[in-house]
Amino acid sequence: MNAIPIEYGLILAGILFMLGMVSVLIRRNIIFMLISVEIMLNAAGLAFIVAGSKWTQADGQIMFIFILTMAAAEVSVGLALILQIYHQLKTLDTDAANRMKG
Amino acid sequence: MNAVQYLWLVPLLPLLGAVLLIVAGRNMSKPIIASIGAGSVGLSALTVIVIGVAFLSNPDVYEISVWQWIAVGNLTPSIELHLDALSLMFIFVITFVGFLIHLYSVEFMGEDSGYARFFACLNLFVCSMLLLVLAGNLVLLYLGWEGVGLCSYLLIGFWYEDPKNGYAARKAFIITRVGDTAMLIGLFLLFATFNSLDIETILSAAPSRWEQGSSIATVAALLLLGGAAGKSAQLPLQNWLPDAMAGPTPVSALIHAATMVTAGVYLIARMNVLFELSPVAMTTVGVVGAVTLLIAGFSAMTQTDLKRVLAYSTISQIGYMFLALGVGAWSAAIFHFFTHAFFKALLFLGAGAIIEALHHEHNIFRMGGLRKQLPIVFITFLAGAASLAALPLVTSGFYSKDMILWYAWAGEKGSGLLFIAGLVGALVTALYTTRLVIVTFFGYANTRVSKRPGWRMTMPLGVLAALSVVVGFLEVPHNFWHAQLISGFLGGVLPAAVIDSGIEAYEWALQLLAAVVTLGGIFIGYFVYMATPGLHELVKKKFPTLHQLMYDGWGFDALYTLLFVKPVTWLARASRGDVIDGIYTGIAWVAIAANRAIATTQNGVMRWYVLGIVVGALLIITLGILV
Repeated sequence: MNAIPIEYGLILAGILFMLGMVSVLIRRNIIFMLISVEIMLNAAGLAFIVAGSKWTQADGQIMFIFILTMAAAEVSVGLALILQIYHQLKTLDTDAANRMKG
Repeated sequence: MNAVQYLWLVPLLPLLGAVLLIVAGRNMSKPIIASIGAGSVGLSALTVIVIGVAFLSNPDVYEISVWQWIAVGNLTPSIELHLDALSLMFIFVITFVGFLIHLYSVEFMGEDSGYARFFACLNLFVCSMLLLVLAGNLVLLYLGWEGVGLCSYLLIGFWYEDPKNGYAARKAFIITRVGDTAMLIGLFLLFATFNSLDIETILSAAPSRWEQGSSIATVAALLLLGGAAGKSAQLPLQNWLPDAMAGPTPVSALIHAATMVTAGVYLIARMNVLFELSPVAMTTVGVVGAVTLLIAGFSAMTQTDLKRVLAYSTISQIGYMFLALGVGAWSAAIFHFFTHAFFKALLFLGAGAIIEALHHEHNIFRMGGLRKQLPIVFITFLAGAASLAALPLVTSGFYSKDMILWYAWAGEKGSGLLFIAGLVGALVTALYTTRLVIVTFFGYANTRVSKRPGWRMTMPLGVLAALSVVVGFLEVPHNFWHAQLISGFLGGVLPAAVIDSGIEAYEWALQLLAAVVTLGGIFIGYFVYMATPGLHELVKKKFPTLHQLMYDGWGFDALYTLLFVKPVTWLARASRGDVIDGIYTGIAWVAIAANRAIATTQNGVMRWYVLGIVVGALLIITLGILV
């Protein structure tokens, strides 16, 4: 297990995070944006796990459990919002949901 | 203690009624509103009667402290009610006449959409007025004083849709405010001297602290007189009252005739020790009263609006009360207040019934012939008018006015000029009252009567008509009968008037003179307006300038507009675009521009916001690494 250097894990987490962030920025479909946010969350979780194994502490794994729980809650709220948006606007394009712009 | 300890109920009941109507009046049906509005004052009147009976069996000065109100340094006024003969008379009139007028309003205001608002304001007024006359210290008195001013403002402008009514309300409020400010300065002066605003403390300490005739006593008394003149519509602050007739008629009857406008009389009578200390202030009170009663009386002769005639006559009658106060005839002033409250409330309520019956016609020359069409109103109005004109022997107005005239002549502080002013006033009063009755009720019917008043309007008229005849017999002149109930009742509170020695024998002559003058006034009125048709038009054409001057209330409005209103509006207009304004306009302009710039970033595209978060996070991380 110790054969994998910590840098590799962190770089993987960084790449995942960047992927998620870029797709949040460029995607217009709201479901894809939600999926991208999940990817970013998992990237952060991976970084915690890697750091936890480096210092052989359980804290990293505990944090991951927290992130998982939070993600589940976030998805449930997010999906409910998506349903409402679709119901109201008949589209999943986020740019259409701009009624409250200044 | 006996029933007097429930004194706090008297102002509390109308207050509860007012609060209830303000909070929930919108959702109540009219009968409920009416029973709360009239019922609270009715219960209060019953309480007063119970307290009055207890008081009569054991007359004393009662102090009832409800709770500590303010405690700042030496200033520790409490909510403290003070009951003596003087305040008892006032609370009796306020609650009793107030109840009758509430009852009258139940029908009079029946069609109005602001029913709950009307009764809420009227109840609040009764509460404030009761606080004013029951207050044991001047701070509480001032609270009531401002409270009645506020209610007066609200009720004059009751029909606020018409800008004219709003103007009249503001005018009344601002002019009385001038007097109030003088009174407030007077209170500061009293507090600075006596370290207390408790009325008893001030009255007992004043004679030892201030010498008889000292200038500081004069200043204090004159400042209080300023407040009294504002509230009681005396010279030079009298010109708000005729315009106050813009309010509903029951309001004119209760506030602008029977109770509130006599608050100034109450104040001076209550602070009598202070005024006795200053002969100058006493003379000023008397002269103000005499001049006011004359100019208002002459104005009343030329008015064509029924309510304005009565308004000027109110100013004139309060002038009589001030005249009595000025010659030290304290009881006579209160007695005239007592009778005036009944007959003037009656006249106003009668006027309201007439105006209502004639499609809101106010001009007396378009009335006429109402004697047969509105018999109940005619008989009661006649009783009130006879009392106002002081018809000898049978009316209360005769006894109270005769008492004032007697002391103006025979009193130690009286003088020939004041007496003559009173006598001329009596002639004028009889004249304009006769004119009013003849023009309104006799002759041709110019306008058809559309509806007749119901029992809730005629009942108060009847009761008040009976009272305006009967209450006069509570105090008949010494040489008639030994029945001086009012002055005996007030004897413990107000000093008795001192008369010159050896003059009592001429009282008969004076009464005869007063009676002749009154009858002469009535005869002139009859001669000009009834016996020789067209004569009054001729007189009017002969002196057009004088007529116009009297019609406009001697041009005080125009004078004040020129002296005060014009300069202030000019100043306001001139200082519109100054430098200081520029600073604030600049600040507002910068804020608006910044708002516009930042508002463009809120474009509704969610990805922009995400980008904003990302850039912000990157910035913070970079900063964290660098620093």
